[in-house]
Amino acid sequence: MKGQSVRLESLTKHFGRVVALRALDLDVRAGEMIAFLGPSGCGKTTTLLMIAGIYQPTAGRIYFGERRVEHLHPRDRDVGMVFQSYALYPHLTLFENIAFPLRLKRTPRAEIAKKVRQTADLLGIVHVLDRRPAQVSGGQQQRAALARALVKEPQLLLLDEPLSNLDAQIRIQARGEIRRLQQQLGVTSILVTHDQAEALAIADRIVVFSTGELQQLATPDELYRRPANVFVARFVGHPPMNLLEGRFENGHFEMGALHIPVPARHPQGPGFLGIRPEDVTLDGEVPARVTVVEPLGREILLTLRLGDVDLKVLAEQAARPALGAELRLGILRERVHIFDEAGARIGS
Amino acid sequence: MPLLPPRWRLVLVVVAALSLPVVAGILWLFLTGSFGEVHGLVPRGPLALTNWRFLWESIGNRPPVYIPLLNSMAFAVVVAAVVVTVASMAAYAISRLSFPGRSMYLGLVLMLHAFPAVSLLIAIFYILRRLGLFDTLTGVILVKASLDLPLGIWLMKGFFDALSWEMEMAGLVDGMSRWTLYWKIALPLVRPGVLALGTFSLLSAWGEFILPFTLIVSTRSWTMALYLQSFIGEVFTDYRLAAAVGLFYALPVLGLFVLGQRYLLNVYSGGVKG
Repeated sequence: MKGQSVRLESLTKHFGRVVALRALDLDVRAGEMIAFLGPSGCGKTTTLLMIAGIYQPTAGRIYFGERRVEHLHPRDRDVGMVFQSYALYPHLTLFENIAFPLRLKRTPRAEIAKKVRQTADLLGIVHVLDRRPAQVSGGQQQRAALARALVKEPQLLLLDEPLSNLDAQIRIQARGEIRRLQQQLGVTSILVTHDQAEALAIADRIVVFSTGELQQLATPDELYRRPANVFVARFVGHPPMNLLEGRFENGHFEMGALHIPVPARHPQGPGFLGIRPEDVTLDGEVPARVTVVEPLGREILLTLRLGDVDLKVLAEQAARPALGAELRLGILRERVHIFDEAGARIGS
Repeated sequence: MPLLPPRWRLVLVVVAALSLPVVAGILWLFLTGSFGEVHGLVPRGPLALTNWRFLWESIGNRPPVYIPLLNSMAFAVVVAAVVVTVASMAAYAISRLSFPGRSMYLGLVLMLHAFPAVSLLIAIFYILRRLGLFDTLTGVILVKASLDLPLGIWLMKGFFDALSWEMEMAGLVDGMSRWTLYWKIALPLVRPGVLALGTFSLLSAWGEFILPFTLIVSTRSWTMALYLQSFIGEVFTDYRLAAAVGLFYALPVLGLFVLGQRYLLNVYSGGVKG
């Protein structure tokens, strides 16, 4: 099994008057795992379905390697796909479900049996192959769907929210397994998800979508440390980044009576200041009052009132302040994120 | 047996009262067909097998009973087959494919479903005459099947609509053509609908009277309904013979109803899903 690179060139999709995807350019490297991340209706699944060949693009080009594919039937694209509902055929056993793509390729009987067992073995579902989808657990259905996608040894694996119907515990285990398999097989993969933790955990690179447009393409690390705009800043990270709206003036960010010192790269005039909850210390000079205390186990999440805005702050368990306590915050000046009036990131 | 709550007992009484005439009719059919003489619902005289003599001899100038029997069977089976095949294909296309005029077509089908078939009889008569299909079983089959199709299409569309789109997308990615998808995935999954519609059209065609009555003349093309009708004379009617024929005509339906009840419930109570 070998992965293939995928290139999208100004890929566009309209549904009637609705623009689902606007001129997307993207390079997916061979063997890489890319996550499409965004809220529902942002165009990520539409993009995936165009790559699979289910939807025809309104405009633009799709290349697998050097081959243009947007006019090919899905069966001629050599992709495997896993759906959110798993989309197994309910009237067939898991064996027949997994064998289906091979039967359609007129693979010899003996080889089908061998490959189905191999793939099922890889996913640990050999013992339930003779059952129907309704007779196995959600986790097993999910693996069967993955097996069906992998059994034909596709060049490209497409995963549409494959984990969102699983229980929280199985989900984390399953995402680890998907990543392990993907790396072991070296198959180029695209994962669509609305769960930023999932994307951050298993993707090599992440594409953040919003309202039919690419917001940022970056590694998980970069996405977290250098969000390209306020949308990404809000969407990636949990608890989310604090975004304050105010004015930048001569080395300070001003919001009402509040003055926060910022690095010199800031613009003059209105803009947004982004502060991650972990980039705040409880010893500094910005006055604040504790309004909510939420213990998270290892840490506590504080909601603090600064002037007339709320700030979420992660603090050590040991430093647990009382409700209503007056504090003075320190904001790590080199860690703040600065966005201009339109929401675009300024500086590195 | 636990006692039913009073409200349900009342419902039962009402249902029983409403069914009484039907039950009495069936009872009459049984008694009159079986005994030499019946007054009202009270048999007088011995069991009489002679009522069933139509089974082994031709009555008057009527054809032997096996001819209308075979005709009725052929009629019902072919109509059901045509309705199921055409309706499921049409319904799949309407449910899953987008083509120009789709919504107009849907509206038209619904309108046809509501259209009283009898008002078309004269036009149908002329069309069949033109096509040389008047007084043939083929002609009546075509007419009956087309009249049953609108309901069939709507019913099957409901069943196809309930299938998940993701499953069909999975089928396409797995390498299926639309045709394979329909045949190997969609059709097996709407089996209850196919069986329901099949049973429904079979029964409906078996009981059809007005179409054969209008469109068939020669006795060799008679169906059972026409055969039975021929015993109801304008002046004299042998009710015992007519009852026996009626019972004979009804038996296959009873059998089929017992077998197909489960699927029929899909049509009558489940209605059109989705």
